[in-house]
Parts: sequence; C-alpha cells; structure tokens
Amino acid sequence: MDQQPPIPPSDLKLLGSWADSHTHRVQLALKLKGLPFQYQEEDPLRPSAALLIHNPVYKNLPVLLHRGCPVLHSIIILHFLDDTWPHHRSLLPSDPFDRATARFWSHFADDKLAPAVAAVFSSEGDGQKAAVDQVHQNLKLLELELGDGGAFGGRRFFGGDEIGFLDIVLGCGSYWLAVFEEVMEVKLVDPEAFPRFHAWLRDFEDQREVKETIPAIDKLLEYARTVRQMMLGGVATAAAGDNAASN
Amino acid sequence: MAEAVVLLDVWVSPFGQRCRIALAEKGVAYEYKEEDLSNKSPMLLQANPVHKKIPVLIHDGKPVCESLVIVQYIDEVWSDGAPILPADPYARAQARFWGDFVDKKIYECGTRLWKLKGEALQEAKKEFIEILKVLEAELGDRKYFGGDAFGYVDIALVPFFAWFYTYETCGGFSVEAEAPKLVAWGKRCMERESVSQTLYDPLKVYEFVGFLKKKYGVE
Repeated sequence: MDQQPPIPPSDLKLLGSWADSHTHRVQLALKLKGLPFQYQEEDPLRPSAALLIHNPVYKNLPVLLHRGCPVLHSIIILHFLDDTWPHHRSLLPSDPFDRATARFWSHFADDKLAPAVAAVFSSEGDGQKAAVDQVHQNLKLLELELGDGGAFGGRRFFGGDEIGFLDIVLGCGSYWLAVFEEVMEVKLVDPEAFPRFHAWLRDFEDQREVKETIPAIDKLLEYARTVRQMMLGGVATAAAGDNAASN
Repeated sequence: MAEAVVLLDVWVSPFGQRCRIALAEKGVAYEYKEEDLSNKSPMLLQANPVHKKIPVLIHDGKPVCESLVIVQYIDEVWSDGAPILPADPYARAQARFWGDFVDKKIYECGTRLWKLKGEALQEAKKEFIEILKVLEAELGDRKYFGGDAFGYVDIALVPFFAWFYTYETCGGFSVEAEAPKLVAWGKRCMERESVSQTLYDPLKVYEFVGFLKKKYGVE
C-alpha cells in the first residue's frame, strides 16, 4: 500500500450546525476515514458571509471546504471523500450494483423518510396521525430490505459487518425518531413491528464513532421541545388572528 | 456471452432518455421495453416495487432504479467507454451537484408551466427563468457542462432541451432570449448521435403535453 503523507487539518474545513443531521453525516464520515478537519458552527437562520459565498444557490449546510474549494450536499460530500481518499476506509461499497442500491436508498432516506418524519413533528391531530402512518410505511420498506431476500438481508449493517455510506445517511437522522417519540408522544420505531430496523439502529448508535458524533439525547430533546413550542405558538397566534378577524 | 441489458421506459420520458443517451455513448446493446403507465407491467412492478416508476435498468436480472443512479451505474460498469463522470474528485462533486440541481428544479417547475394558470403560472415562469439563468451562468462559454467532454450534467439536462418549446409556449417567454448560451449548447448536443437519435421533435413533445392537458382538464 502506498505511504500517504499526513493530511494537514487546515486542508479540510466543515461549516455545519450542531443539531443538523446532514452535518453529522459528514462529521461521522470524516471520523471513520480518519481525516482531520476544522469545524465552524453556523446558525442556519443567519448564514455567515462564508456560507453565502460558498453556497450561493441553496445557502444551506453542510459545506465542506477542501483547500478552500466548496463541496455541497452531504451525500455528494461522502462520495467526494471516497474519491479523494480511496486508501482510507471506504464508505461506499465497491461493486457497482451495491453502489446503485445504496444510492437508491439514500435518496429514499432524504426524499421519503425524512419529510415524513418532519411532518410528524410539525403537525397535530389527524394530520399527525397520517404522518405517523407514512413513517411506518417507509420503515416497513426498510424492514423488508433487511430481511431474507432483501437487498441487505442477513447483514448487521447496511454496509455489511461495518457501518458504511447508507448506515451514515440513514443513521444520522434516525436519532430524531426517538426524540420525536418522546416529545410528540407517538410510537415510531416499534421493536415488534420493525425488529430488524430497531436492532440496526441500536447497533449503529452503539458504535464509538457514532457516539462521538451525535449530540447527547437530552440536548436534542431540549432543542426539539423548544422548536415544537415555537411552532405551536405560531399556530395559536394565527388561530387567534383568525378568530379576531371573524368577530 | 453478452450480458442481458433491458431498459423499462416510456418514449417521451426525459428521465428514460438520460439512460438511453448514456447507453448509446458507451455503445451498450440493450433491449428497450415501452411501458404503459396506465397499465404497468408485472416486470416493472417487480423491478421497482418501492416507486413503481420508470426508468428501470435490468442488468443480468438485477434492477437499477432512478435515472441518475442508472447513469452512474452505466459509467461504472462499462468503464472502458468514454467516462461520463470526470476523473478529478472535485470536478465529480461539481457534476453531481449540478445533476442534482437539474433533478430538483427543471421537471417540477416546468410541469407547473403547463399545468397552472394566472398568478401561479406567472410565479412558475419567474422561477423557471431564474433556473435557466443559473444554468446559463454555470455553463458560461464552455462547449459542454463537462468542459470539452460531453458528460454527466449534459446527459442530465439535454432531454429537457426538447421540452423548451413546450415550456416557453405555455409560459409565454422565449428560452433563447433568456438563455442563449443554453440553447446553443442544446444544439451542439444534438450534433451527437446519442442525443439526436434519442430526443423527439419538440413539436411532438408539445403535442404529447396537449394530450396530458386534456387528461388533467387544464385549459
């Protein structure tokens, strides 16, 4: 194996937010690949000049700067890390079909599961019940894939014996399931309905690098409660406004 | 023995066309299967049970879904052909970013241009022109989005070149007036056989959208 020169920490800088699951994906990936980096905390509601310069199209997080050049979108960043440091632990599988499968499910995570989970958080009553059902339907699909005959059947992690790309993408975000279960008092990951998904999530969260990356649950709970109160306060204010207008 | 390659697709789909162009660029022989979306085949339902959508590439019996996932798969499997993604990691990240931008923006906003009326249409028109200008700025004076080589972003976007006539006619604007470099780029791409043999005449696309408008009761 080639001797690789040590990577100066100044080569990599991550702009992120402490409660942002996409930021966690990149932090975890960097840790797994053993890549040193600088971290700059950003306020998503008040983007810094650096963020606006490096991500003018979306103005969102995370942004990875490699020698000053920006790489955007967590999934793209993970690919970039593998492309740039192929001799460090690979995140994506090597087989093209396995890579395509991992990519497909990473899009499912972002396009289907995440919005459904967010809808649970931002809704009430019947709307919330519908959102919870949607989350269950999505988890059912993942549960099937972890079962016999599924794309990841018989594996401990989506990446095999060790966590990989899809574990990182699904796992960094799945911790919100437990947080929302407590804050919203709903059942999302029923261990009886989704035994394999439940076991995978528990094993993922048990990994040393994951524990070092994901914030403590009490901080996440506090954050979620605060945001939920703000949201409900907004709804109450709007309702009061409607009442006032109709009187 | 040649590996079996099957593409489940619909003739007018810009997403399916991305796959057809990629396969043609790599010189891969495949069997094309036209799907009737009002009566999806058992093969499609089995190959893409999650979304039940085309395109699906079935290679040696194994299905690959989602057009840009398929394009990347084609690039990785038939790696001896001209590369679709560039070799440089940073250039690859840029290409993925812009492919994703096209995916998120063009189809959804373009659909609003023919489905909506009044204020909502004006809003969609404003957004679509903004999208065109962003792409125009990114292309700049380059031959292709990939530079000198036709590549991933070109493949992601060029099927929509046949939809520009529909979008501008329904939206009441001119793509060429708003994004002349983009139109010139589209014409350059059409000089490639993989593109000219895949895209349909813009008038045929417009006719198809007319049929969709009737179906959805838009007028």
